[in-house]
Amino acid sequence: MLKADPRDQAKLIDPLFAAPGPRFWLAVLALLAVIGWGAFMYLRQLLLGLGETGMDRPTYWGVYMVNFIFFIGISHAGTLISAILRVTGAEWRRPITRVAEAITTFALLVGTLQIIIDMGRPDRLLFVILHGRLQSPILWDVVSVTTYLLGSLTYLYLPLIPDLAILRDNAPDAPRAPAWRRTLYAVLALGWRGNRAQWARLERAISVMAVFIIPVAVSVHTIISWILATTVQPGWHSSIFGPYFVVGAIFSGIGALFIAMTAVRKVLGLDQYIAERQYRNLGLLFIAMNAIWAYFTYAEHLSIAAGQQTEEFPVLASKLWGEFAPGFWAMLALMGVAFWVLVVPKLLPAAAGRVPVFRPRFALATAGAAAITLFVLVSPQPTPVSAALTDANSRMLAWVLLMVFLVGAGLGISPWLKARPVTASVIAAGCVVVGMWLERWNIIVPTLTHARLIPYAVYRPTLTEIALTAASLALFGLMFLIFFKLFPAVSIWEVAEGRVIEAARSKVVIPAPESTEIKRWRRWGIRK
Amino acid sequence: MRWSMVIDLDKCVGCQGCSIACRFENNTPAVKPSEALKGRAVRWNDVFPLPVNPTEETGDYPNVKTRYLTRPCMHCDNPPCVKVCPVQATFKNEEGLVQQNYARCIGCRFCTVACPYGVRYFNWYAPEWEGDLAGYLNPDRIEGGGVLEGPAVRPKGVVEKCTFCIHRLQKARARAQAEGRPFRADEYVPACVQTCTGKARFFGDLDDPNSTVSLLAKSPRAFRLLEEVGTHPKVIYLREG
Repeated sequence: MLKADPRDQAKLIDPLFAAPGPRFWLAVLALLAVIGWGAFMYLRQLLLGLGETGMDRPTYWGVYMVNFIFFIGISHAGTLISAILRVTGAEWRRPITRVAEAITTFALLVGTLQIIIDMGRPDRLLFVILHGRLQSPILWDVVSVTTYLLGSLTYLYLPLIPDLAILRDNAPDAPRAPAWRRTLYAVLALGWRGNRAQWARLERAISVMAVFIIPVAVSVHTIISWILATTVQPGWHSSIFGPYFVVGAIFSGIGALFIAMTAVRKVLGLDQYIAERQYRNLGLLFIAMNAIWAYFTYAEHLSIAAGQQTEEFPVLASKLWGEFAPGFWAMLALMGVAFWVLVVPKLLPAAAGRVPVFRPRFALATAGAAAITLFVLVSPQPTPVSAALTDANSRMLAWVLLMVFLVGAGLGISPWLKARPVTASVIAAGCVVVGMWLERWNIIVPTLTHARLIPYAVYRPTLTEIALTAASLALFGLMFLIFFKLFPAVSIWEVAEGRVIEAARSKVVIPAPESTEIKRWRRWGIRK
Repeated sequence: MRWSMVIDLDKCVGCQGCSIACRFENNTPAVKPSEALKGRAVRWNDVFPLPVNPTEETGDYPNVKTRYLTRPCMHCDNPPCVKVCPVQATFKNEEGLVQQNYARCIGCRFCTVACPYGVRYFNWYAPEWEGDLAGYLNPDRIEGGGVLEGPAVRPKGVVEKCTFCIHRLQKARARAQAEGRPFRADEYVPACVQTCTGKARFFGDLDDPNSTVSLLAKSPRAFRLLEEVGTHPKVIYLREG
């Protein structure tokens, strides 16, 4: 009989057995409706043909491929948090490992589904195994994604075993906990009794898996990038793609993790578990990944810009000022906002709020001014400001003004964000998740529409593709909802273990550091 | 044998006869105009202007010179499409022809993305023929490795491409065998070569140093498309002028 801490019993175990409220059913119904819409559209596509999508020659891959790369990228959240942080012994990871591992598994399932949706002949899926050719990057991908999926399923399940045993032993009586759920926990707990040998084995298995899964995760997104980089298509044939995709994957994974853990914290009221410490530390990682991502993006585009090759340069030009410019600059702006929202409030001194510039009111005013400037800038026929200014000069002035307004708004909102680290993290995470989807789009589509010996094409996703994207997101959400209705959102035993370590540490007496004044005196040889 | 095609651009009149001959020889369906506008037309043998995408440097009407190229599959010696196919649905046979197995293709479209020439086509919908055309399809049914290939009507969701009329090759071989004599390389040409109005197309065996294609390949006018991507095409063009 395993005992649970009364705090965990109240916050993590009992809510699992509470009858689901109307909000839960409403959410499930809404998600099911979107999934049903997607299923209908897929059936239509299956019967009529892939012509129902917006894809054409030469844009042979579209939103499905973008979604595939995006979801597999998101799946890197789990590896980063549970494996890397576990190996390095970062204590603060404990309350968020479960959410991270769940993201990994579900994102991988939804991501793999995108490939099946994208296939012209899904009925021949097994040919990949029966007639697989190891020379093809798609087969590398099949191997690495399958390994990663099995690995992450194991990795989700292993730390769940002690929790399942706790649930088995602490579930309420029959009317509240139905018999099938008791059986479910009892079977899945695999006879866990929590004795010494079992703990030793589990710890060993988890550490082996943690080390094993890191190279697998790196290989997964590297190989996805190699699907593109091993072709000779303009803009894809680049050696930076492997690391660039891995960094982007971890980056978007942290973004998804921020959103998921905030949702869990809010809905289940887990403020005591997922505290500001988690947000602060994960935020630091987020800032670092943002910087690395920006560096790689710059490096990738610089080599194309400097080379000016006849086939490659039109791809870059279409992103910088052509038809893909809105998406490209929106991506950069979103990443910039994510960076600002996390970095500037940290740099701001606590007393900054006394300066009148640092007020939400000021931020609103400057943001409004920025919106008006932007509206004037993008309007097709801008009215001349003054006869003295040429059109080009007034445009330049407007861009400068826009930048000034945006910086003003950013400064004004900073103290507000500093007081709300959770909100700031969620804003940054939302920006990054959307920005990373756009990044995948900006890599896949411009290259395909600018093929070498085919007229430049236009790619517009159709309703089928939009429906299937929405349904994929809904499926991802539904899996989350059901999983956390059945299993604890926070790893009970890992948090309990953390408490023990914390308590043991608090007993150790660390000598208080000398004050600076004493140090200063001592430098002159004076002891006080 | 190493089958190869030489296209003399000086003789090509841009009549698109090769494109039409190919369509009827290989049962490629004509798609609806709305589909063709989306770029979904299937032309195993395409006639297109060069440069494909005009820039400021190529000039504006009337100060512009447009050249036309005709483009079958290049049947590369180092085909990028074969390298990326996950199920060996496309492969290079021992005579250098890049073949397509419709019964194997899973429709992932990696080959269409990898081919720098854009000569591989995907069946977005099931093929349809207007009116009586459906009754006049090429009835040649040939098998390679136990499955139908060449002009056999393709199902939706698979990739197809120019085969250098591989069914004609098989028929010519069978005839030589039936007549009890060795098969000669000049007994077979693809439909586009046979129909070419300006007699601009030549076909033959590149391994034979005295064949027409071998001699023409040595011409100073000879060039290949996108030589810089390292695919080593076996379709050789002779420059104009």
